[in-house]
Amino acid sequence: MIRAFFLLGTALAVGTSAMAQEQPHAAHTMPAPQSPQEQPAHDMSAMDVEKAASQDRAKDSAAQSGEMSAMDHAAMGHGTMAMDSAIPETAPPPEAFENPGFAADAFVGADVMAASRAEVIGEIRGPKVFWVQGDRLEYRARQGEDGYLFDLQGYYGGDLNKLWFKAEGEGAFGEDIESAELQALYSRAIAPFFDVQLGVKQDLTGPERTHLAVGIQGLVPYEFEVDAAAFLSTKGDLTARIEGELDQRITQRLILQPRAELSLAAQDIPELGVGAGLDSVELGVRLRYEFAREFAPYIGVDQEWKLGGSADFARLAGEDPSVTNYVVGIRFWF
Amino acid sequence: MSALSRRSFLSSSTGAVAATGLLTAMPAWARGAVSGTVARKGSDVLSGEHLTMSVADTLFTTGSRRGPGVAVNGTIPGPLVRLKEGQNLVVDLVNNSTHGTSIHWHGLLVPFLMDGVPGVSMAAVEPGETYRYEFPIRQSGTYWWHAHTLQEPLGHYGPLIIDPVEPEPHQYDRDYVVMLSDWSEMSPHEIMKKLKVADGYFNYNQTTWTDDYDMSGEDRRMWARMRMMPTDISDVSGATYTFLVNGHGPEDGLEYLFRPGERVRLRFINGSAMTYFNVRIPGTAMTVIQADGQNVQPVETDEFQIGVAETYDVIVEPTALAHAIVAESTDRSGMGVAMLTSRPGAKAPVPALRKPPLLTMADMGMGGMDHSAHGGGDTMGGDMSGEAAMAGGAMTMRDTSRLPETVKVGPGLDMVSANPVDRMDYPGLGLEDVGHRVLDYSQLVSHKPHAEVRQPTRLKTLHLTGNMHRYMWSFDGEKFSAVTEPIRFAYNERVRVKLVNDTMMAHPIHLHGHFFELVNGAAPDRQPKKHTLTVQPGSSAQFDLTADERGDWAFHCHLFYHMHNGMFQVVTVRPLAGGGAK
Ligand SMILES: [Cu+2]
Repeated sequence: MIRAFFLLGTALAVGTSAMAQEQPHAAHTMPAPQSPQEQPAHDMSAMDVEKAASQDRAKDSAAQSGEMSAMDHAAMGHGTMAMDSAIPETAPPPEAFENPGFAADAFVGADVMAASRAEVIGEIRGPKVFWVQGDRLEYRARQGEDGYLFDLQGYYGGDLNKLWFKAEGEGAFGEDIESAELQALYSRAIAPFFDVQLGVKQDLTGPERTHLAVGIQGLVPYEFEVDAAAFLSTKGDLTARIEGELDQRITQRLILQPRAELSLAAQDIPELGVGAGLDSVELGVRLRYEFAREFAPYIGVDQEWKLGGSADFARLAGEDPSVTNYVVGIRFWF
Repeated sequence: MSALSRRSFLSSSTGAVAATGLLTAMPAWARGAVSGTVARKGSDVLSGEHLTMSVADTLFTTGSRRGPGVAVNGTIPGPLVRLKEGQNLVVDLVNNSTHGTSIHWHGLLVPFLMDGVPGVSMAAVEPGETYRYEFPIRQSGTYWWHAHTLQEPLGHYGPLIIDPVEPEPHQYDRDYVVMLSDWSEMSPHEIMKKLKVADGYFNYNQTTWTDDYDMSGEDRRMWARMRMMPTDISDVSGATYTFLVNGHGPEDGLEYLFRPGERVRLRFINGSAMTYFNVRIPGTAMTVIQADGQNVQPVETDEFQIGVAETYDVIVEPTALAHAIVAESTDRSGMGVAMLTSRPGAKAPVPALRKPPLLTMADMGMGGMDHSAHGGGDTMGGDMSGEAAMAGGAMTMRDTSRLPETVKVGPGLDMVSANPVDRMDYPGLGLEDVGHRVLDYSQLVSHKPHAEVRQPTRLKTLHLTGNMHRYMWSFDGEKFSAVTEPIRFAYNERVRVKLVNDTMMAHPIHLHGHFFELVNGAAPDRQPKKHTLTVQPGSSAQFDLTADERGDWAFHCHLFYHMHNGMFQVVTVRPLAGGGAK
């Protein structure tokens, strides 16, 4: 729990400090000295522009030829500092701000250009993406009844704002589904590698429960993918979950993925068989082969332990608090 | 160009297997619609004062790949537009395709309304519409044209050559276009989505437990700690791209014919969406005579890297029966290949792909912190001082206090170059120690002195920013928001522009409607003029600009998916004073 909130806190702090540095552009407010070379605006037909421009150039070069030696190109290449200091970084001259704002408007039509601009801006801001990933869809061979697990997630959205969903569930063949949950989250990018996510989690099995979900998801140093979230249920229970995965490439297509999942609870939740503290730990390793990036079957082994109070609840229910699963499954996305 | 060379240029396609397809009796568009048909490879020639260019959806096949394409006048690339300096040009752009289109005349000095950028100087030409371009030709050299829409990576591009009024400064017997490009059977939308959701999707040169990269465990952990990849070189690779030469894949056997003893001018144009190429012709030296359409003092070299949207003209004097023209992608995931051959069917061996390179300290903006910066050859493992800088500086990969307040800091910015240095003398990633001569920007010297030698009156610094993981790209931390605050220049103002690359990728930055002069150590009146400039990873680069073309101009990274994910701005040159009309 503490770690979950620590992680959340860290991510939020990173995001806040990043945002604190977002400032409006401060340039263009300084008055700038007009360059002596500036030509007065010519009022002329367009066909004359090139001619006039080249005349300007010719005049300028004549006027400037004496100044050539003054130019400091000796510093070129390596000592960029020295060179920069010779040329002041000032705002553009006032005439650079002259209207019109959009040069094509008068010729093409302001409405036509506005529509075209909006389209291009939309395109270049980047497309909205719809993405669904079956991270784990697997058959679990183990002592007693074999089982299955599904773990899907996906989103729709742009670079910074997305709608996420996460669905997870497991069970044993021949029995009712053991657990299943669905999350709907608003996701916002807060740092280069992190999103914060806020939304609801709905339990689809067991006692009816809806949770407020707050989490962060992203990539920590050393390329671990981390998904940490805290859940506050309508019954007032506070729980948390931290998942971490790491892709280790053995070859370009053969990938070993260790995975860890920790569940925590702030209090006993007897009707769910959950004890306060560290509720359960799951460690797994999966070896997948990427026939395509989007399609990779895998095999692996996954060990679950219920701990503390949760282990006691499990024993009372006649279950083994420690289960080893040999898994075979597929990972896919589209 | 002399009459002789002109004649041999035009006759050069006869006899060659696929040749460059530069001349056929009847242009494709005159032979009927191409929709639903497979595009022909290579270009026909369009010349004269009034041209028609028709855009159509098509299929394209190369090797075993088959997918959607966009052809202009029935071919991919579209027609070679061959003009004469001083002529007038009218082009009717006919859109027979199902999407909006445009043509941008890359590198041409045009009235801004003729520049062909939807949202900036025109609206996209919708299906069924015809749009007329009309402008005088004020320059000469090798250029190209392309759609400024999603059609570009599908095949909507072609070469553009303008013969000068003055005689060419160099003699040659044959004149060929070598247009390099990349084509995928995957649609641009699909590629964009893959890049958005899966960092490294197309990269099959990643570090693994079993790779043979020369990296220590400590180096590997360092990269992992930074959440970055030392192999992050080409976002889109040969995993999906086939690299084309004049529309021909490596298996298509494109041939350029020569007779022994002839001097052959090759006009290399990188018309690809995303691919930097390393170009060489094993067995023969190349003399570079032109860069981005502007003559330079001849430089003899064995290899050069050509950024997206750049052009280099070289002269070769082949001696063997045949030479391979090799355009290897910088990430070494594939190559475009054609044969320079003195006898149809005669082939030279094609060298194998070289080992993929790794990014270095300098590419992470630590260039000034060790002596590898200008050699650039050290990988992280090979450089102790770099190692130390990183070990101490792991937490400062994104020290935003180094940024001016004009740069917006947010999730779209994952790195800040701690010490970006100028690398005009850097030959390009993976070419530092190939054992032969490689061209770099510092070797480019304008062929003739130019009149503009004014000292810039002000410096304008722009940061190239991005987040590879989220696939967000920007200038100064902001995606395309240029319409609210463009980059402003006063008409005829002389400005030094400094680009600081706060990313680990090379960006080919292109300014429309102008040439700028690289600040590359050449004398002020000999600084080479260019329209596109590669800013090396973690480095800075400077150019001097005379803003003498009025209007609004696109300014962007020419990597297609960088531009379309934000690295795009508008440059305004004011006052307009009637200068915008045609
Ligand atoms: Cu770019």
